[in-house]
Amino acid sequence: MKFSAASLFANALSGHKKWPAQFPDKEPKKEYDAIIVGGGGHGLGAAYYLASKYGITNVAVLEKGWIGGGNTGRNTTIIRSNYLFDESAALYDHAVDLWDGLSQELNYNVMFSKRGVLMLAHNVHDVQSFQRHVYSNRLNGVDNKWLSPEECKAFCPPLDLSPNRRYPVLGGALQRRAGTARHDSVAWGYARAASKLGVDIIQNCMVTGIRRGPDGAVQGVETAKGFIGTKKLGVSAAGNTSVVMDMAGLRFPLESYPLQALVSEPVKPVFPCVVMSNAVHAYISQSDKGELVIGAGTDQYTSYSQRGPLHLQEHNLMSICEIFPIFKRMRMLRSWGGIVDVTPDRSPIVGKTPVQGLYVNCGWGTGGFKATPGAANMLAYTIAHDAPHKINAPFNLDRFIGGRLIDEAAAAAVAH
Amino acid sequence: MLLIHCPYCDEKRAEIEFAYAGEAHIARPNAATQGEMSDEDWSQYMFIRQNARGEHAERWWHNAGCNMFFNAIRNTVTDKFVMSYKMGQKRPSTKQIEAAKK
Repeated sequence: MKFSAASLFANALSGHKKWPAQFPDKEPKKEYDAIIVGGGGHGLGAAYYLASKYGITNVAVLEKGWIGGGNTGRNTTIIRSNYLFDESAALYDHAVDLWDGLSQELNYNVMFSKRGVLMLAHNVHDVQSFQRHVYSNRLNGVDNKWLSPEECKAFCPPLDLSPNRRYPVLGGALQRRAGTARHDSVAWGYARAASKLGVDIIQNCMVTGIRRGPDGAVQGVETAKGFIGTKKLGVSAAGNTSVVMDMAGLRFPLESYPLQALVSEPVKPVFPCVVMSNAVHAYISQSDKGELVIGAGTDQYTSYSQRGPLHLQEHNLMSICEIFPIFKRMRMLRSWGGIVDVTPDRSPIVGKTPVQGLYVNCGWGTGGFKATPGAANMLAYTIAHDAPHKINAPFNLDRFIGGRLIDEAAAAAVAH
Repeated sequence: MLLIHCPYCDEKRAEIEFAYAGEAHIARPNAATQGEMSDEDWSQYMFIRQNARGEHAERWWHNAGCNMFFNAIRNTVTDKFVMSYKMGQKRPSTKQIEAAKK
């Protein structure tokens, strides 16, 4: 069914008890033209674009748990594209282009809210570095603007501009086009739209092995629900990418770390935008439910545990209270950890692998959510054409041999 | 917060006294033959990591304690430390790891 004002009205009359299932729970067929491993936003999106843009509809998405239960449901939902280098600017801005209009395209409200992302400068180094970012972004046609402290205050009234603060606000870089989206809706919206086009979404189906022929090419995957054949296998498994790649005999330049975040009790609208502070080390926004959504850097040691130590949350909250003393009495409601796969240059790997028929989308580290539609489209393009698009071509695996790294570590919202 | 056994202090101390220092037992290339190493070999040394899901050999630095580096085996799914051992000691065999679990 198509969501519309009429369907909402009709279902209201029946007490919202007759909404149909959003997509069917499928059992796997024997063979598919393409299989995506990982039912998060990136994987479901790749399946959707394979079917909608590149004409490959005989596709399955294999998810070991439930869709959107990994990092897609464990982030702080921030979307921005103010990255320094040309390659990153192109990739992340492509994603923001797709976020625009995604709700209409999927006929599913992903609640993309362009409330603006403000990155605060607290010292001379911050000012110089962020102004460099602003100029670099403008050369690349990416929205970003330098604000004076007073303009920052006008844009984000909870800011305290008093000069006696330990970390005074000396200005900020504002990406007006950036914002937040409802993360679960992204997974559900892509799943619903993809399944309408014939994609099978198979949950509780962990991949346990990759079968390869005598020529080394992919023949299919061993799963919890038996062998499934395919010649094109796209892996979009975030923190578990190293584990899946190991099944094909490949070792990757990845390390998996927990990244924690937390939300406060819900309060009335108090915070109109997203604010990030690299120097004080935290970022914050307010969800539509009213919770303050708070995050910072990764934990220090590698882990697959999807949880982290409490003292890092305390550190995170100290930073928030330092910038916004008005939140000192807020109570925290819940916290969580996602497992992020981090590359040495903090840029993703999207493209082909040395194994014929095996494609990868990984290494998004702490910034994968914002790139969801862009990463999905690039993975789908690469699978369909057996060659990368010019936007994701620089994000290949070979750069760790050739040395052409895309060192975006400094563009992260906080130090990791 | 984890409790970590420092093999030099021979004591379990709180995680905040320690800093994680990456995968253990990655041998630095021999200075005499570095010039002949291929790009692939450099890539292996610099960037490629085991990133094990399960038992992982890793370096820790007791920087707010005795200031010594040491190695440890930790399960990366449960975050439970199996054992820790002094720098220079060989990576424990599977048998030794299994024995340490008991």
